Amino acid sequence: MTRRLILLVCASFVMVACERPPIETSQNGYRGTAMVDVSNPRDPMVAMEYPAALPAAPSSGPKAGEVYENVQVLGDLSVAEFTRVMTAITAWVSPEQGCNYCHNGAEFASDDMYTKVVSRRMIEMTQHINSEYESHVGGAGVNCYTCHRGKNVPEYIWFEQGDSANGNKYFMGWRNGQNRPGADVALTSLPSDVFVQYLTANDNNSARVASDTAHSPSPKEPGITAAEHSFAIMANWSQSLGVNCTYCHNSASFQSWEQSTPARTKAHHGLNMVRSLNSDYLIPLESAYPANRLGPEIGDAPKAYCLTCHQGQKKPLGGADAITAYPSLAKN
Amino acid sequence: MSMLSFEKKYRVRGGTLIGGDLFDFWVGPFYVGFFGVTTLFFTLLGVVFIFYGIATGPTWNVWQISIAPPDLSYGLGFAPIQEGGLWQLITICAIGAFVSWALRQAEISRKLGMNYHVPIAFGVAVFAYITLVVIRPVLMGAWGHGFPYGIMSHLDWVSNTGYQYLHFHYNPAHIIAASLFFATVLALGMHGGAILSATNPHKKGDTVKTPYHENSYFRDTIQYSIGSQGIHRLGLLLALNAGLWSAICIVISGPFWTRGWPEWYDWWLSLPIWA
Repeated sequence: MTRRLILLVCASFVMVACERPPIETSQNGYRGTAMVDVSNPRDPMVAMEYPAALPAAPSSGPKAGEVYENVQVLGDLSVAEFTRVMTAITAWVSPEQGCNYCHNGAEFASDDMYTKVVSRRMIEMTQHINSEYESHVGGAGVNCYTCHRGKNVPEYIWFEQGDSANGNKYFMGWRNGQNRPGADVALTSLPSDVFVQYLTANDNNSARVASDTAHSPSPKEPGITAAEHSFAIMANWSQSLGVNCTYCHNSASFQSWEQSTPARTKAHHGLNMVRSLNSDYLIPLESAYPANRLGPEIGDAPKAYCLTCHQGQKKPLGGADAITAYPSLAKN
Repeated sequence: MSMLSFEKKYRVRGGTLIGGDLFDFWVGPFYVGFFGVTTLFFTLLGVVFIFYGIATGPTWNVWQISIAPPDLSYGLGFAPIQEGGLWQLITICAIGAFVSWALRQAEISRKLGMNYHVPIAFGVAVFAYITLVVIRPVLMGAWGHGFPYGIMSHLDWVSNTGYQYLHFHYNPAHIIAASLFFATVLALGMHGGAILSATNPHKKGDTVKTPYHENSYFRDTIQYSIGSQGIHRLGLLLALNAGLWSAICIVISGPFWTRGWPEWYDWWLSLPIWA
């Protein structure tokens, strides 16, 4: 009796840690190959929706750049449309603080608030994404809300990790950035400080560790560490989109593009996009930020990865159209 | 066909589960029985379906032959014969044959006055198969979640299914099942070694040794001998649990867990002791 009770308690404990049917599945390959994505429709990463687009504004009349001072982006919009976009941005990024989050209330043209400098660059970044990376965001586009979701700072950003969480570098206990349940690597023990390597423009950002042959001609290269880094960044992507490995890859050959799904191509363009965003837009802003916006460990600029936009969904905000109502955010 | 001297004692009619004395006879040394006939029926029909599938399929290469389940879009309905319907028919035949065989084992056990260890043991393996191709697909909402019938293709399925959950080795029931499989072969290996050592005389003229020596050997080396009957009970316990936990590890993957298995251990991090 006691033994049965213990078994029952253990079993129920295990099941509490689990999910339950019904689940959602989608097929990504030939039947019977288990090329299937599995997801839980009750996942707490709930689908949010874009706020309703503001009513269209007349495009006639004087241009914002002519009427206002120091308008470096969006200057060719009509004053009415310019005001409409500014209003939308306020709702997307600083609904509580309003205009004064970025603007000096006494002098709107002033650049003395860092938030205005940063948001100008963010508008340029949004235009860059929508105009240059149709290959990744095509059909939906992005606007500020894609990442910000009504918050001043997007919830999901990354910083470089320092040595503080790694234990003693010169003696036992050195963790080498791994062996902890990493929140950014799907709670695996994989290295969790891999984003600089893969998500910024550098010479060492290829995640290709699979050998072309049964016996690698060079047993040392790429090594186990490189494989762990690859797994880590892949675990991060999987977590970011709420998908499993077979959403993009056929495990018969992870490297083979012929056996991969079209989603992998989409992801590859996204990888190039994120590298560009980090290296061309986000990292150079480091000097613009006050100290409290910089990384807690080494003081680096906040940076983007897949999770920043996707937030647990295959397509951010369910793939809803973010750009048609705001064409000025899609220009060069 | 000659009969062993004691065999006559067991060739008794009756003890059948169904159908009275229908097919309650032997052909040569083989008991037929109602479930022997149904086994044969489902086996032959299933094999015919398999060869029909191969003959109308793209290859005769034995490694590449594959009879795949339907697309997920068919859900739990019937699929056209060449689009997974054949897999459905073959699955029905396989289950019919496996279950018939288990029931035939039960009838023979009754004739022999045995308990039901043999059909129960085989039943666990059948249960694992049914879990794979019926219980889990039903819980996930489509027959297409079953595995394909092919030498390489079923391995591709296993690999992809593992990667659906990032790293299958972290599946807690898979850990238990794998440990039990290893424990099973360890026990079998040690038992086989002990029996061969005891019964094969070291040199001509040596006597064949008895369980007394086997017990002495294990008591000398590991302080304990489970005994010559106990080792078979242990073997059964380990092997059946290996199969049972295999069934559990696959049925929880999908219906009861959709994320990477390493994430499952979050319950440990969330324990109120330190969370």
